[in-house]
Amino acid sequence: MSKHTLSVVVEDKPGVLARVSSLLARRGFNIHSLAVGPSHEEGLSRMTIVVDAPELEQVKKQLHKLINVVKITELDPDQSMEREIMLVRVAAPPGRRSEVLEVAAIFKAVAIDVGASSICFQVTGPPNKINDFLELVRPYGVVDLVKSGRVALAREPKTTRQRLKAV
Amino acid sequence: MTDKITGAQALIRALEHEGVDVVFGVPGGAILPAYDPLLDSPIRHVLARHEQGAGHMAEGYAWATGRVGVCIATSGPGATNLVTPLADALMDSVPIVAITGQVPTGAVGNDAFQEAYTTGITMPATKHNYFVTSPDEIPEVVHQAFHIASTGRPGPVLIDLPKDVLNAETRWHEPEELNLPGYKPTYEGHPLRVREAVELIEKAERPVLYVGGGVIKANASDALRRFAEMTDVPVTTTLMARGAFPDDHPLALGMLGMHGTYTATTAVQRCDLLIAVGARFDDRVTGNPATFAPHAKVIHIDVDPAEIGKVRVPEVPIVGDAGRVLSQLMEAWGAREAPDRSAWKETLRRWQREFPLTYHQDPDGPIKPQYVIEELARLTGGDAILVAGVGQHQMWASQYWRFSEPRRWINSGGLGTMGFSIPAAVGAKAGRPDDLVYAIEGDGGFQMTCQELITAAAEGLPIKVALFDNGAHGMVVQWQRLFYGGRLSASLLGGEVDYVKLVESMGCAGLRAESPDEVAPAIEKSLSINDRPVVIDFKVDLDEMVFPMVPAGGSNDDVIVGPGGGPVAPASDLP
Ligand SMILES: Cc1ncc(C[n+]2csc(CCOP(=O)(O)OP(=O)(O)O)c2C)c(N)n1
Ligand SMILES: [Mg+2]
Repeated sequence: MSKHTLSVVVEDKPGVLARVSSLLARRGFNIHSLAVGPSHEEGLSRMTIVVDAPELEQVKKQLHKLINVVKITELDPDQSMEREIMLVRVAAPPGRRSEVLEVAAIFKAVAIDVGASSICFQVTGPPNKINDFLELVRPYGVVDLVKSGRVALAREPKTTRQRLKAV
Repeated sequence: MTDKITGAQALIRALEHEGVDVVFGVPGGAILPAYDPLLDSPIRHVLARHEQGAGHMAEGYAWATGRVGVCIATSGPGATNLVTPLADALMDSVPIVAITGQVPTGAVGNDAFQEAYTTGITMPATKHNYFVTSPDEIPEVVHQAFHIASTGRPGPVLIDLPKDVLNAETRWHEPEELNLPGYKPTYEGHPLRVREAVELIEKAERPVLYVGGGVIKANASDALRRFAEMTDVPVTTTLMARGAFPDDHPLALGMLGMHGTYTATTAVQRCDLLIAVGARFDDRVTGNPATFAPHAKVIHIDVDPAEIGKVRVPEVPIVGDAGRVLSQLMEAWGAREAPDRSAWKETLRRWQREFPLTYHQDPDGPIKPQYVIEELARLTGGDAILVAGVGQHQMWASQYWRFSEPRRWINSGGLGTMGFSIPAAVGAKAGRPDDLVYAIEGDGGFQMTCQELITAAAEGLPIKVALFDNGAHGMVVQWQRLFYGGRLSASLLGGEVDYVKLVESMGCAGLRAESPDEVAPAIEKSLSINDRPVVIDFKVDLDEMVFPMVPAGGSNDDVIVGPGGGPVAPASDLP
């Protein structure tokens, strides 16, 4: 099944997250990731939901039936920016520390906690970059890991950007 | 500056402000504060014997009047008892508002006495629900709840009120303007789609209108009738839409689907254009959706965009209110002449002649349930609000009653809730006291909610009940006979009930009919008693089965017309 990214503006009301997630579960749509936080407008939050579904029309229509859902946009991967953050603790005994740090440097991963036997890195970026980094450090031994859900926003429509370039 | 009042007083005032004249409920600890100001209000309270009854009463009221029905329950068990009617109202798009008490805010989450997570439990059983945290919100919340329940695709809304919020002080204010940025139903159909629809209708040789309960909800029966006549398109009505189109109209084909008439179901299988209005392609209508209406282009009109394309992708989707869209279609149709569809209509008439609904009443044999429905229709002149339970009796009522008006057929379609009829009839009677309200209930369902007859007697709501007493969960017996080799597992009720004595003990008149010749006199007698509810115990034949039938999940091409008659759908019938 293919993954789709939805950007959903909801009213910032208690229980709205439960409404959205329970509706998706009840209608049989699998949530791959869900991130929620305040939007730029007072009283409105923005959710980025990645769902596994053969087609999105039903998901969108069902979500729209929730009274607290204000706006739903399906994000085209080519026309949007998707970001995740990952904190990953990699085994790095004193002998291998510099090697691990070198790999990290290539990915602009930030060492945020250095311990006697491991280093914790923070990596931000598009999901594929994060996964690439993870694959690279895996051989050293991943001790712990956490990822934020994906957050995403649509790009400014092309025409405007081209116009800006022209100026 | 207005005086200080309690949250509870604000609640009752808000209900008055919405024009509520009757509420159905059962009191209890957490909701007690709201019951006190009810004493000083013109709003009538009907004391149900069970909260499920209160919920179905609110539904029956809403069905019969077109207004929002209101039910009240306390926290915990009171609220959980409301879950069935809420789910029922959601499935059948019935506008009700449920008000529940809740433990005080400070106790929420502590497993307090009679605490249940009502908004969580009812989230998937309501169109929307509210947990109120301040008495100042009450006017807005109530106003929004009524608006959401009654507009767009109607449905149930629940308001959960902690006891401290009901007791706290506030000042009454007129509800502020609705602020619902995420709720904007579409009523007007898209003009382009309307034009496309008209083109399809004009070209169609074998069109059929497939009319659902949405037409009744939208009060669009008149528009439907004019539209069908203008375009000369035959009409089938779903179980939810009985009465949306008069059964004696020359274009009427009756009900379609699992127990629909051969003609209605087959017309849809053979049509080249299916115009669905306020219908949702339910599995009881379509059978196997892959084989449903295989030759048809589809125009789907519905106020709920999520219904369009859910089961069948239409050629022309039109989101909008059924009445408005039908008017738009008529405007776009203008002075066009309906094409000559006499061949199609002749085929349909031939099917109607060849495959009518049939049963045989032996004057010396047991009472046939169909005969009871026909006699009821004859002796009331069809002038009654008919409220059905769930099972065989419901199907026979929908088949054999000739419906002529909307809001005179009330039943539980989507959820199929046994025991629906008696409480729903009580609610209908409260809303339309001058109408004859006749409940049709099976003995299985009767044993689930018959205590609401006490409510009917105590509250002076003299409904009438035709009890179809076959000693069994008849519909279950039918399925076991057809699909489980006749092994009757847990479908015979057993026990011995003297229904006449039982209902008399609840303040009703009890009558009994045990043979065909006793049917008409019993009905006549029931019509002469108006100071109490009346129940007639009709001992009906358990051997009778509901036909036609399309087995669940089967193809609508394989209508079984009768017990002996296997599937009939001769290919030669394709016009
Ligand atoms: C609350 C509930 N429980 C179970 C069922 C399953 N069910 C459907 S019809 C039926 C039998 C109904 O028996 P009765 O009310 O006597 O009606 P009859 O079919 O005999 O006319 C049952 C058990 C249901 N629809 N609703
Ligand atoms: Mg029965």
